[in-house]
Amino acid sequence: MNFEIILHAGIATGSVLLFAAIGEILTERSGILNLGVEGMMLLGAMAGFGTSLATNSAWLGVAVAVLAGGLLSLAHGLVTIHFQADQVVSGLSLTFLGTGLALVLGEGLTGQTPPLLLDYNIPVLQSIPFLGPALFQDHGLLVYAGYLLTPFTWFYIQKTRPGMHLRAVGEKPAAADTLGVNVYGLRYLYVFVGGCLAGLSGALISLSVSPGWYSSQTTSGQGWIAIALVIFAQWNPFRAALGGYLFGMLRRLILDLQGPRLLFGLVNPLYVNSNYSFFLIMTPYILTIIALIFGSRAIAKKRAGSPSALGIPYIRGERGQ
Amino acid sequence: MAFRIRTEQRVEVPKWLPTATSIGSVIIAFILGGVIFKIVGGKPLQALSFFYQAVFGNWGVFSDTLVKATPLIIIGVACAVAFKMRLWNIGAEGQFYAGAFGASLVVLVPLVPLDSPKVLVIGMMMLMGMIFGGIWGFIPGYLKAKYKVNEIITTLMLNYIIINWNNFWIFDQWSDRGFQMTATFDRVAWLPRLADYAKEVKAFSGVTLHLGVIFGIIAAIIVWWIFRYSRWGYEIKLIGDNPNAARYAGIDISKNIILVMAFSGALAGLAGMSEISGVVHRLQESISPGYGFTGIIVAWLAKLNPFTIIPVSVLFAGLIVAGREIQPTGLSFLLQGIILFLLISSDVLIRYKIRLVRVDKETE
Repeated sequence: MNFEIILHAGIATGSVLLFAAIGEILTERSGILNLGVEGMMLLGAMAGFGTSLATNSAWLGVAVAVLAGGLLSLAHGLVTIHFQADQVVSGLSLTFLGTGLALVLGEGLTGQTPPLLLDYNIPVLQSIPFLGPALFQDHGLLVYAGYLLTPFTWFYIQKTRPGMHLRAVGEKPAAADTLGVNVYGLRYLYVFVGGCLAGLSGALISLSVSPGWYSSQTTSGQGWIAIALVIFAQWNPFRAALGGYLFGMLRRLILDLQGPRLLFGLVNPLYVNSNYSFFLIMTPYILTIIALIFGSRAIAKKRAGSPSALGIPYIRGERGQ
Repeated sequence: MAFRIRTEQRVEVPKWLPTATSIGSVIIAFILGGVIFKIVGGKPLQALSFFYQAVFGNWGVFSDTLVKATPLIIIGVACAVAFKMRLWNIGAEGQFYAGAFGASLVVLVPLVPLDSPKVLVIGMMMLMGMIFGGIWGFIPGYLKAKYKVNEIITTLMLNYIIINWNNFWIFDQWSDRGFQMTATFDRVAWLPRLADYAKEVKAFSGVTLHLGVIFGIIAAIIVWWIFRYSRWGYEIKLIGDNPNAARYAGIDISKNIILVMAFSGALAGLAGMSEISGVVHRLQESISPGYGFTGIIVAWLAKLNPFTIIPVSVLFAGLIVAGREIQPTGLSFLLQGIILFLLISSDVLIRYKIRLVRVDKETE
């Protein structure tokens, strides 16, 4: 076990959370809470894996996964934006729907071996001492895309005109509407983008990070962790990326600690027998709760962070907020 | 000539409409599910008749359906209490496992001597099941009340935690000859079943229905009473409908969040106890095919009415029974998702009148 390997693996697994969390940040910034990330992710993982198997093209798989996640999210969009239904319940049903669809359509995919996404090295950058090999060697292109997506999303939300509209729709939809911003249209757009990114993160799991289709074990709750990450990150892409990578490293660390091997040359004190690994498997979920406690306290203290119209349907013609 | 859809807000909602939309949602979900099933290569009509046979075919299989409905009734009621306050307890699955663990402690430690009377052992198991389920509900309630931590995520994370916790005990400490389950409980820890009275009543022979179903009915009555007549029930409803009004009325919201979550968790824990004491008779892996999640949909479909939860649970129990036979396994998840989606979408029909209006070129 060495730190470089943990960092390398953490970046890869963390990218899964990163894409899903950034998608959810965009959706929530527009005022729509989508709790269906787990369902969209699982559908994406299945769609990507299945498509790659059928067409022999991993990238086509990624494209179909993105589309599948996006299309599924539109169901949530329709129900919450036009039908003004409760966003929590709709998000939950989306999880059921996505999970069910993925399991039904993914029947028989277990054990198959489709072409996977390839790993690449980034020239020049990979020769940076220590960080180079961990950050710029043997990662999929999507992991590198994640490096760019984070600052891009931040810039887009904070500094561009469409980003300003996005924030306006999530903070004061009535005011945005008066100024001619298409509230419904933009909310649909960002729900869709969020769904696409969740689908993408699913494909990243099944085609690159931990390749394979293991029915609902494929995502094993990572969609929910991504939602927790959004709250922890206080809707900031940089914090989401940091949290995602840290979480990814933690997952790898847990995997290493499970082995009965030596720890830094000493006997691993955590190893009694293999059954004790159940406690290690618990830790990411416990840490998610702890991270949430800190995130929520910070939000409560600052009274800021959460988009003010989050979760509230916008009904044209009714007294706005 | 063109048509346009016009919506008008309803002033008065016809009494039959909510029920009609609920039933309509289920029917349409079955049709959609059938279409998807057909696409993946199944035979939906055959499956439907199979479904009927497997669920209501005769007294024996119907009793199996009721056995599966039992945890759903209790969990549905548990969810309804929390949802009335708009507290999203998605952790009934975990609270169910926690309850099962608590009840197992009674037998496996053992907390009471196993030659004590059945009433004492069963009573203790119920108590421990409710305490452990209650703790598993208290934690997210406390975190929400104290630190405003989103209960949806904490309850879900706690599901994963308790399942791994139970696995540790099943795989390690309590493992029966290396199998991933505990030894079968002593008969004193089994809930009475109808089959136990086969000597007196011939028709009961082989009928697996156990006392847990009575727990479910009693839980429904108690919760109905709480909402109908008690001050606490009124507070819960007021907080759910209008938290600001509740705050101005001097209701302690934080206290109620903790209480309701613990109460909801305790009920779900009771469901876990009833399942291992009435059906499985030991602690093992996967004692629940997602009862905790199905219970959410049951509660919602029943519009949070404790009595409606009973028949709805029977329907969903049928889905679970049939789902065991019909492959692929995801189908019942899929159906549940579609039902829930249609149901919340159909609320728009309750709030608005939707009419197709003919518009002439000239008036446009």
